[in-house]
Amino acid sequence: MNFHLIFPEFFLTGLAFLVLTLDSFLPDDRKFLLSWVSSLGMALVIGLALLLYEQGDLYQGLLIIDGYAGFFRIFFLVIGMIIIIMSRDYVESNIGNPGEYYAILIFTVLASISLASSGELLTAYVSLEILSFGLYVLVAYDRYNPGSNEAGVKFILLGAFSSALILYGLSQIYGLIGTTRLDEIAVLLSSVEDISVGMLLGLVLILAGIAFKMGAVPFHMWAPDVYEGAPIPITAWLSVCSKIAIVAFAIRFFTTGIFPVVNDWQPILMVLAVLTMLGGNLLALVQKNMKRLLAYSSIGHAGYLLMGLAALVAVTDEGMFNTDFSHLVSNGLIFHMIAYGVTNFAIFYCLILVYNTSGRDDIQGLAGLSSRQPMVALVMVCSLFSLAGLPVFAGFTSKFYLFNAVASQGYLLMVGVAIVASLISLYYYLTVARYLYIEKVLDESIISVSVGSKCILGVLLIFMVVGGIFPSPLMDLIQTATDSVLNLE
Amino acid sequence: MEFLSFSNPTTLVALPILGCLILLFVPGHRPDLVRWISIIFATIVLGISIYFFIFFDLSEGGRQFVYEYEWLSLAGPWVDSQRAISMSVGIDGVAATMVLLTGIVMFTGTLVSWNINVKNKDFFILYFLLLSGVFGVFITYDLFFFFFFYELSVLPMYLLIAKWGSTSKFSSFERTKEYSAMKLTLVLVAGSVLIWVAIIAMFVQSGVGSFHIDEVQAVMPDKFSVEFQSAFFLMLMIGFGILAGLWPFHTWSPDGHVAAPTAVSMVHAGVLMKLGAFGIMRVGMTLLPEGAQIWMPLLIGLGAVNVIYGALSAMGQTDLKYVIGYSSVSHMGYVLMGLGTLSLMGLNGAVLQMFSHGVMTALFFAVVGMIYERTHTRDSLILTGLAQKMGVVAVLFTIAGLTSLGLPGLSGFAAELLIFIGIFQSYEVWGVILGSLAVIGAAITAVYILRLLSKVFFGSAKDDLLNYSDATLREKVAAGVLVGLILLVGILPFPFVKMIESGVKPILLQIVGAG
Repeated sequence: MNFHLIFPEFFLTGLAFLVLTLDSFLPDDRKFLLSWVSSLGMALVIGLALLLYEQGDLYQGLLIIDGYAGFFRIFFLVIGMIIIIMSRDYVESNIGNPGEYYAILIFTVLASISLASSGELLTAYVSLEILSFGLYVLVAYDRYNPGSNEAGVKFILLGAFSSALILYGLSQIYGLIGTTRLDEIAVLLSSVEDISVGMLLGLVLILAGIAFKMGAVPFHMWAPDVYEGAPIPITAWLSVCSKIAIVAFAIRFFTTGIFPVVNDWQPILMVLAVLTMLGGNLLALVQKNMKRLLAYSSIGHAGYLLMGLAALVAVTDEGMFNTDFSHLVSNGLIFHMIAYGVTNFAIFYCLILVYNTSGRDDIQGLAGLSSRQPMVALVMVCSLFSLAGLPVFAGFTSKFYLFNAVASQGYLLMVGVAIVASLISLYYYLTVARYLYIEKVLDESIISVSVGSKCILGVLLIFMVVGGIFPSPLMDLIQTATDSVLNLE
Repeated sequence: MEFLSFSNPTTLVALPILGCLILLFVPGHRPDLVRWISIIFATIVLGISIYFFIFFDLSEGGRQFVYEYEWLSLAGPWVDSQRAISMSVGIDGVAATMVLLTGIVMFTGTLVSWNINVKNKDFFILYFLLLSGVFGVFITYDLFFFFFFYELSVLPMYLLIAKWGSTSKFSSFERTKEYSAMKLTLVLVAGSVLIWVAIIAMFVQSGVGSFHIDEVQAVMPDKFSVEFQSAFFLMLMIGFGILAGLWPFHTWSPDGHVAAPTAVSMVHAGVLMKLGAFGIMRVGMTLLPEGAQIWMPLLIGLGAVNVIYGALSAMGQTDLKYVIGYSSVSHMGYVLMGLGTLSLMGLNGAVLQMFSHGVMTALFFAVVGMIYERTHTRDSLILTGLAQKMGVVAVLFTIAGLTSLGLPGLSGFAAELLIFIGIFQSYEVWGVILGSLAVIGAAITAVYILRLLSKVFFGSAKDDLLNYSDATLREKVAAGVLVGLILLVGILPFPFVKMIESGVKPILLQIVGAG
């Protein structure tokens, strides 16, 4: 067995257990060290993952470590490290018990990585469950806060329900064709003319489960409540990591697994995409709480991602499938996910910094931030513009690229809806910008921010701008990653 | 640094951005330093834009100062495997004229913004960002970057207006600056939604894997059917028309102009509205010539409505800035009518009118800014007899007003004359009717301008107005530059027309060829 392929994952697991072990030996006044151990450990694992990177597969293709998996491994490790750094002050001042917090966070990173590298449905399911369980705990981590507990209960009930959907769909597929490996599914599906009702049911259930985890309309009900109740860093993590992980798996699932029956699943995704884009952005218009607003905004963004997923394989008028622009679409999808992820991180970090000092996370509480803490206000307004898709920021370039790719596949109408949805989103992003810069200051208190936090904000801002005006190095990386999943025949 | 060499148009985009970056690191409590850095950058950019205008080789014509940078590769089944979005820049006759206009408005706008003392650092950063977007639109030949810069020039507007703008009070209601800013931003972005869809559709339909205007244009006759052209030209016409103040999508513009701080009004009415008309030419007419032929009669008709409706609305206003805001709508109508003629004369006139109106309206807003700074009101019912103490200001307003109503010898006359002839020559009977309407519009302009002049400046002075000071040296310099240009174009329109003609001719030839 070539276990060396997943050494980074071993180290990551080791790190999580190290943090847990240290937690039980460290006295309370030394627990702040745990965040350092976790973040430095993550940095170490990133280095190892780069050094030890090799391609191959394990357990007869259950885990595939190819360029795609390698890309997402580094990506999840990096955003994992950032979220640990971002959580530090928040955990210390608001929730405590850092040991389990960081350990579980690291487990969710591990789960995301293995989700992106799984070449088989059951492995993917198990990874998804590890990810979800970690998130269930983390959402309810603020033990003495009823909001957090309520969010946790909602999340675990609906999450378990959606997991059950996926599992049921998976059992349908296995029962009918006798394999759960993606490449074998593709071979078997391409040999049949029409798929059976049972198979269709299985596919629909899996799609519903994926839509559930992404927070797509009409499966989005859990998202705003959970986002609002969870500790802010966990909201950020939910909106970025869990969404990207599930899409990363979906890209592989659709392109190497079920693309032969694209006729059957594409219409479902298109309907979901249109509903999600419009629903998320329209509902965001009336929100008063910043976390809720961002929840709906991230539902809207899930809509753009679903649109990309729906357009991965195009169907021509004659019912044949056309993969001419699949590469462009998958590149656009990943590019937009990264741009969205970084931007969301930036905006949530700003929110964390404001909350740490003022204890407020409603939009009113942000009034006059430009004079209370100019740097945070600047980064926040830039991230708002980036999310709205205005230029010089990564959000503009990635949106343009993704929409252009989807249109190249021949779905111009859907792109029209997406562009209108992004116009709607501009209104509520600008409303927040108005509070930051224009509204009268009611609460004059200065928000103090440490130099380290400012550095992180600066890095995120620079990434947002560089991703917007000089994306080609990133795009080359994405291109090599998608090369290994897109060999549609 | 090739980006920052003279003769590379990218400098026009890079320098304002460099200015932003430098200003970002200037401490906010040194407002004078901010002012001086801004004026230095504005002067350099003005110098460069004059350089492009003077060193544009007229005998050669076409597109000059061409540079191209590969930017982002696009995977797809293209003819030569990998195609890319590239930043390609160049300057033709139309762009040279517009770049000169932008340089001048940027410079004078910086001068008149001298007295801004609330966070003037942030103001100038956003102001420069806005201008770098405007320059970008004029110089780029790639549809992606065209759209990129187009959106970039909308982005700072919201904050500029909502933060540094002013709220107008009417007897029965208030028009807050936040409202105006939001309206302006949303309406403009709604316009760019249409443009975005059209650009993507053209990219997909052409199938060349490039956003470069030349490459799309090369395959255009084969790939773009008449139906396609007709559908998407309409989209582009409305999308760009919104920014150009096309009736009935113009309502954002008076509100936005009135609420904006002086310099932003100058840029917005002076240059930004021209982006719309420029986009119709650069993207619409160039890439969809048959669509242009189909829809131009509509454009010329709507343009006529613009002229009359704008002028009549201006007549009903009492707020000085609203008068000028509606007069901009009216004057942009001439530009749209000129474009609609699809004749060399009309297009020349349209671009010259873009230039002339840009300078004139900048002067108007600058003068109203001067008055407002001193009297803290813009209500023409209150203001009276200002000429007694503010002689220079009165002269400046008179010059702008006379340009606006098309007095011979000033820039407006040359431009409007060309447009009128263009309209009369085209569309037979309709040309005569629409042309007459356009001339009537000029007459209505005379009514509201002369009425303002007689009341506000040359009426009997009230006592409490007597201690207002006249224009300062700084303001005189700013206005002097603009007045000089108005006279120059009015007396010597020929070099400008020649320059514009070299840019307009290829576009027109293609449309005539397509028909």
